[in-house]
Amino acid sequence: MKWITAVIKPFTLDDVREALAEAGVQGMTVTEVKGFGRQHGHTELYRGAEYVVDFLPKLKIEVAVADEHADQVIEAITAAARTGKVGDGKIFVSALEQVIRIRTQEVDSDAL
Amino acid sequence: MPCERRAGNARRHGPAGIARPTPSCPTQTSRGMRPRRILPLLGVGLVLPLDAFAQTVHTLPPDSGDTAWMLTATMLVLLMTIPGLALFYGGMVRAKNLLSVLMQCFAITALVTVLWMLYGYSLAFSSAGMHAGTFNLHSIVGGLDRALLAGLTPASRYQTVPESVFVMFQLTFAIITPALIVGAFAERMKFSAMLWFSALWFTLAYLPMAHMVWGGPGSLLGDLGVIDFAGGTVVHINAGIAGLVACLVIGKRRGWPHTPMPPHNMGYTVIGASLLWLGWFGFNAGSAVAANGSAGMAMLVTQIATAAAAIGWTAAEWIAHRRASVLGIVSGAVAGLVAVTPAAGTCGPGGALVLGLVAGTVCFFTATRLKYRLGYDDALDVFGVHAIAGIVGALLTGPLAAPALGGFGTVESLGGQLWIQAKGVAFTIAWSAVLSWAILKLIDRTLGLRVNTEQEQMGLDLAEHEERAYNLS
Repeated sequence: MKWITAVIKPFTLDDVREALAEAGVQGMTVTEVKGFGRQHGHTELYRGAEYVVDFLPKLKIEVAVADEHADQVIEAITAAARTGKVGDGKIFVSALEQVIRIRTQEVDSDAL
Repeated sequence: MPCERRAGNARRHGPAGIARPTPSCPTQTSRGMRPRRILPLLGVGLVLPLDAFAQTVHTLPPDSGDTAWMLTATMLVLLMTIPGLALFYGGMVRAKNLLSVLMQCFAITALVTVLWMLYGYSLAFSSAGMHAGTFNLHSIVGGLDRALLAGLTPASRYQTVPESVFVMFQLTFAIITPALIVGAFAERMKFSAMLWFSALWFTLAYLPMAHMVWGGPGSLLGDLGVIDFAGGTVVHINAGIAGLVACLVIGKRRGWPHTPMPPHNMGYTVIGASLLWLGWFGFNAGSAVAANGSAGMAMLVTQIATAAAAIGWTAAEWIAHRRASVLGIVSGAVAGLVAVTPAAGTCGPGGALVLGLVAGTVCFFTATRLKYRLGYDDALDVFGVHAIAGIVGALLTGPLAAPALGGFGTVESLGGQLWIQAKGVAFTIAWSAVLSWAILKLIDRTLGLRVNTEQEQMGLDLAEHEERAYNLS
């Protein structure tokens, strides 16, 4: 199993959610986060006081998927979240050791 | 008590014959006459002895139109403080201090109202013991004969309106002046210290200043011939200088200027500035104390100067920073409102345009550059906007009152009146600086002015009032 974390531009969320649903993903966690990568922040100026805002608002999406399903999910996110400009975000993929559904105590692929 | 009823006439026709016609003018025979024709006649009235003044005032019939306008104007000026100024300032502080600023404005409104009723109106507007051209104690401050509003009945009149309306109208000016100072020491002053400061400053700095300018014949600055129609010296320079002194005595906010302290809700600030603009028509046009041509002209020049100052600030900012900001345009508008305040009764539309452009441009530099260069933390630019625009306005009021420059005053010597205005400005600066410093030092030595570091970091809303503005979950 894979644990896929994607940091995306907030306005692409609807497209990403639809694409993931089409790819068969049945659940996800979305968090509002702030950060920066190659896209730097911006400056704000109030009556001569200039502030550099480094951290930009982004959304973090987390999805757990079966190994054979991972590539399809990564492609779906990439296609939906890509604008071609700096700041589109990143996808992090890591191995996932165990999944447990709390209600039924099913584990791993049964719990996905 | 006839003398009291005409207290404050200097506001409209001072001894130098510089101000404007009103229904109270003893020589005016019909309302709606053109100001230029009336003004030369005013000089005659000005040398009449007090008794003659009193008698002529009594012959004025009550006027329901004037009264209706003054009732309205009074509400407009109250609107300037709550919620206008409160929101204007509240939006500019950080979210953790919003309530403290709203609370300070609201509490000052209540506090000053009670003090005004107890003794404030009397000290500002009692004309007992005053004689034109004579300097005595009552040239500086009124007596206590009207304390507790003694002698005020539904039948009492001030010119053509009930005196109760005049008491209320002047009260709203007394409220906004200490409230303006709040912007300078925002985000760090103890609430208790703020209340003591406001009460003492209102009593020792504001009331005599109002009396000296508006007290009528025999008042110090009135006799000097300073033109101050709606309160450029009394309200704006007075409060602006107090703000500068306050932020110097109390010290910088922790972290300023390195820690970002951006406005937390620019929407509030825009709403507040818009309410100030609206309310200022009560302030300036209401200062005619009549629904007449003077009030109409005051309204028009107020609008023109405000718009010109908004454009002046924005243009300067666009050139200097390549951006036109929302905070910039509303700050410029406020600078214009301040600058036209002393001039609203005497300048013409062209003068208002020039006055606004100059005030907006100058204040852009004082609020955005001077503060950082000199390193004083005037949090919301009370000095940079109110004092500076007040000074620019008070000075230019002199020449712009001259008919030669399109004004409606009787000023003939541009330089001469400029000099008189400069003396009024210098006096106001010294008066406010000395008294503000003494009051602040007294409070600092006894009660302490400032919250502690932990409270300052927590924010005054929680630290002082145990409430928070935003409970979002």
